[in-house]
Amino acid sequence: MSPSKLPALTIADLQALLRRREVSPRDVLQALQARIDDVDPKIGAYLSRDFESALRETEKVDVDLPLGGVPIAIKDIINVAGQPCTCASKMLANYIAPYDATVIRKLRAAGAIPFGKTNMDEFAMGSSTENSSFQPTRNPWDSSRVPGGSSGGSAAAVIADEAFGALGSDTGGSIRQPASLSGLVGLKPSYGRVSRFGVTAFASSLDQVGPLAKTVRDAALIMNAIAGPDSQDSTSLRNPVPDYTAGLNGNLRGVRLGVPKEYLIGGIDPEVKRAVNAAIEHLQSLGAEIVFVSLPHTEYAVSTYYIISTAEASANLARFDGVRYGYRAKNPKDLFDHYARTRGEGFGAEVKRRIILGTYVLSSGYYDAYYLRAQQVRALIRQDFTKALEKVDALISPTTPELAFKLGERTADPLKMYLADIYTNAANLAGICGISVPCGFAEVDGHRLPIGLQLLGKALDEARILQIAHAYEQSTGWHKARPPVTSQEETAKQKQ
Amino acid sequence: MAKTSDLDVAYVAKLARLNLTGKETELFQKQLGDVLKYAEKLREVDVGNVEEAAHALPIFNVFRKDEPHDWLTAQQALSNAPQQAKGLFIVPKVVE
Repeated sequence: MSPSKLPALTIADLQALLRRREVSPRDVLQALQARIDDVDPKIGAYLSRDFESALRETEKVDVDLPLGGVPIAIKDIINVAGQPCTCASKMLANYIAPYDATVIRKLRAAGAIPFGKTNMDEFAMGSSTENSSFQPTRNPWDSSRVPGGSSGGSAAAVIADEAFGALGSDTGGSIRQPASLSGLVGLKPSYGRVSRFGVTAFASSLDQVGPLAKTVRDAALIMNAIAGPDSQDSTSLRNPVPDYTAGLNGNLRGVRLGVPKEYLIGGIDPEVKRAVNAAIEHLQSLGAEIVFVSLPHTEYAVSTYYIISTAEASANLARFDGVRYGYRAKNPKDLFDHYARTRGEGFGAEVKRRIILGTYVLSSGYYDAYYLRAQQVRALIRQDFTKALEKVDALISPTTPELAFKLGERTADPLKMYLADIYTNAANLAGICGISVPCGFAEVDGHRLPIGLQLLGKALDEARILQIAHAYEQSTGWHKARPPVTSQEETAKQKQ
Repeated sequence: MAKTSDLDVAYVAKLARLNLTGKETELFQKQLGDVLKYAEKLREVDVGNVEEAAHALPIFNVFRKDEPHDWLTAQQALSNAPQQAKGLFIVPKVVE
């Protein structure tokens, strides 16, 4: 196979070549490097790359390991020893991770090679990757649009064949929403399924790391490597990890899927509605039984999410004080000035906005009215899901009500940006797992824009939603579509 | 529930040790006012005796063996310090 064709492969196909010794891990990494050098100037998916140490790793890696020799892109919120970990913030612009996060240690043990860090909304706060302090990332399907967020760099890298797969993090939809807007598979594991150790905390009771991949099987392969208990994360669950690829057999007989009737609201893009309805009919034709279910507290999920997540963020981000690491303001007048200017100069607008909201809802006199009440509503939201998922194997909905929007279109109205998280926030509040899988395209201004179908499953039922997503994916083929990203070489040829 | 007009961004910014420009203060006052107004919806919910959920999946009594193991050296811990000397973090003088 010509090296220039390698980056388009799925992880599963790449592994077959590696294991037959038809290509070496070095060939693979060099082919990927060439692709990134070629197309990333137009897309802006990566914040940093470390090919030098990655090439050294290719020399000793065992290709027979579960992910042996497979380069994996890492969201820049996850610590990879010796590489920058900026969280796309000026605050951490010069930060070099002194250790590996547990997910990185596990990826390395499985033979994967973490070679580069992807762009994101600053500290994972956002839905468009526009809150990065360093650069925007462009949606490879239409460069005037966002790739979604906050794991937008990971999503753009994978769909533009600049990565075979990637890790993202999902606090309120930050894996599933960019996967949907970019035409990929994105899995948010159940809370506690994947260790958070070494992942910069945004909202500790909601954050989970998970894969963005070209296929459901690839997502399952990455999950096999990263899931499991960790003695360094007391919230990680001890339950044994199944082989997530084991149930990928295309069988949907006897599967019951629930459509939450509260999700069929106004404000859904007609193209999204059309594609999701078609997907539901298709699942039915594959043998799944479709029933309507109710999640009565749906309309409170976004408010609850933004109160709890900003409260936790305001506490977590208190560590950025300019003392031990990160940005420090020059010539402070006194200690207060040192803290306030360090943080005022180091954080971007969205992070500041959320620190203010979080500090407010936790402050004396408002704690009961906002934070405590939100935690009570959270309990009710969780109850809704427990009840609904007693009757069905998974819930089914759009991942996001809208198509990828234009860069700059939403930045002035934070509330509007928050409201688009309606289908994804609740899964984090309830701690359950969710996946977005491509279910079609809309044609807008001469560009094809991807649409995602979300499946939500019970806590620790990742294997089940992967099975359903896989059966759907394999019988539709939407996952085979790639955006028209032309290499510089091709562009030059066209000009001649 | 408190009135959304109670939010005083300049005061909360002081609590959060977070310098804001005049323009940011004004903008956030308006934007977060909108967000809090939207969040007033939560007032409708009958939370009665609902016990609050601090965590998605409650787990209790998580212990591990208390065994010593290698971790960052002092030099590694200092490697990102804005200012350091003699194996110590240097900070601005805070006592008279």
